[in-house]
Amino acid sequence: MNAIERMPATSGLATEPVVRARHLRKAYKNKLALDDTTFEIPAGRIVGLIGPNGAGKTTALKAILGLIPFEGELDVLGRDPRSQRDELMNDVCFIADVAVLPRWIRVREAIEFVAGVHPRFDRARCERFLANTQLKPQSRVRELSKGMIVQLHLALVMAIDARLLVLDEPTLGLDILYRKQFYQRLLEDYFDENKTIVITTHQVEEVEHILTDVMFIRDGKVVLNAAMDELGERYTELLVGADRIDAARALKPIDERTLPFGKTVLLYDGVPPAQLDALGETRTPGLADLFVATMKGTYA
Amino acid sequence: MNAGFDNALADGTPPSATAARPVHRTHRFRLLLQRELWEHKGGFVWAPVIAGLVFLFVTLMGVAVGEAAMRHGDGNVTVNGREISIASVDLGSITSHMSPHDIREFGQGLNGALYVSAGWSLLVFGFVVFFYCLGALYDERRDRSVLFWKSMPVSDSETVLSKLATALVVGPLLALGAGLATMLGFLLLVGAFAMLHGANPITLVWGPADPLTVIANLAGSLPVYVLWALPTAGWLMLCSSWARSKPFLWAIIVPIMAGVLLGWFDLMGADGIDNGWYWQNVAGRLLFGTWPGTTLAYVADQPGVHGHDVIESMGPFAGLAANWELLLRPAIWIGAIAGVAMIFGAIRLRRYRDDN
Repeated sequence: MNAIERMPATSGLATEPVVRARHLRKAYKNKLALDDTTFEIPAGRIVGLIGPNGAGKTTALKAILGLIPFEGELDVLGRDPRSQRDELMNDVCFIADVAVLPRWIRVREAIEFVAGVHPRFDRARCERFLANTQLKPQSRVRELSKGMIVQLHLALVMAIDARLLVLDEPTLGLDILYRKQFYQRLLEDYFDENKTIVITTHQVEEVEHILTDVMFIRDGKVVLNAAMDELGERYTELLVGADRIDAARALKPIDERTLPFGKTVLLYDGVPPAQLDALGETRTPGLADLFVATMKGTYA
Repeated sequence: MNAGFDNALADGTPPSATAARPVHRTHRFRLLLQRELWEHKGGFVWAPVIAGLVFLFVTLMGVAVGEAAMRHGDGNVTVNGREISIASVDLGSITSHMSPHDIREFGQGLNGALYVSAGWSLLVFGFVVFFYCLGALYDERRDRSVLFWKSMPVSDSETVLSKLATALVVGPLLALGAGLATMLGFLLLVGAFAMLHGANPITLVWGPADPLTVIANLAGSLPVYVLWALPTAGWLMLCSSWARSKPFLWAIIVPIMAGVLLGWFDLMGADGIDNGWYWQNVAGRLLFGTWPGTTLAYVADQPGVHGHDVIESMGPFAGLAANWELLLRPAIWIGAIAGVAMIFGAIRLRRYRDDN
């Protein structure tokens, strides 16, 4: 994705990572949600934070947003979310899960409220986003469908010129039309090189094409943190027939699954594609296949 | 690219980061108060108004019953030893025979009725604000909207203080407005009744009654009310912020159980326990301070003071004076300090209280 290549730094800020986390630790009653978690999120990227249920995704996001206490070092836009949350929230915005807009509020009131409290909110922009929807200024959130509530929330958030936008399962429970529309708007009307977006989701296939970076998290640890282009260079998928399976297995695939008609798909990490080409058909694996391979045995 | 927003959207390039226009703190606070009213309009506006309308309606019904009794009645009443038919009562002639002393006493009676007429809205408001404080920091966690509010650059202190100001300043002002409107409606109703019976409403009703004094007493007591209600508002909001479920039960059970335990120790013969004092000065002030007028109960209950004497001896502004006189007592200040401490606790708890 060329449009999203990192731009040459116009200010010192652009090259600084937006989030720098070191040795984060957060224990709930009987589970370690963050276990010595260390990662960085560079500016101007769209990062997918992907992991199985209970892996610590939401906990990591809540730590970044200053919603929970935790141990370790965390720097978000140069601030510590524990002690400087109030200042931080001028530059950070988030949609935590669907349907957190208060049910009693009217569309008109929600706009007026955000316009009144947020210094970076552009009311005209928000109204223009809403003009393309069926939302009426007088309707209350409780009268809206889930998809419309998300449309409203997205319009509010996209009209805020924040430097970091965090989306935690933003499309959970929406139908495919709303989901597609959601990510398309985000990419077309919001994202630019000054903004950074962090998304968690289970619907890996749907965000795959908009991500610039991906981070796999498992049991509170980051197990993979790479740019999407790197993934293509590093991982290869090979389709082999039964006759060559032993030769293919000798190259130590990290995952293997059988297809009908005697074919097998093998996934390799760091094996040169040229070497694999001789054995069968090769291609770049999808994010979902990679995810499944990496997370094998999580629920066992 | 210096394209305007419209062009920017058309060609798919978001506008470059514009300088944030700062939001003034007072403007932001006004919006927070506005938000509370959007959400709780029914409680803070409609409930006191409806209470007033119900009172006026009941008054009207009472008047109608009286009228009916007069029209069809054969009822006679004895006035100064003479039998008079109710139907022939001429209110105008009664006033003309009243001495100045009678008129003053009559006026005081009327003022008492005015307090009652304004009081219904305030009584209902007491309930509204009690449950408002209990839900203020709990409901947003239950419906998870706290995650939306927290995505805005508004601090926990600003949020909690805006809710406190709604409970103790905006709410009482609205309830007072409804109460005073009811009072004026009541005066008009009584005046119309007097007119219907041949009396001049100005000399019989609007002259002897003193609505301005009533207004001054009620409105002037508001600052004392704010201080007095602080421990109750603080306690309820602390429970609201702390409880993972059922804030109402916690708010009620904790002071009651403490009192029951104290009473039990008392029965067991422990020394130095004044259970009555606890109920009045701790439990009572944690739970009932939001009802306007409870101050007077405390004034009247002081040793050597009788509420009635105070009001008799000090004239029309006795109530107001008694309220302000509370400021000379440590009880109100200790309560206020405890209230502020509990509000502070509620702010701290909201910082990290999870939505689940």
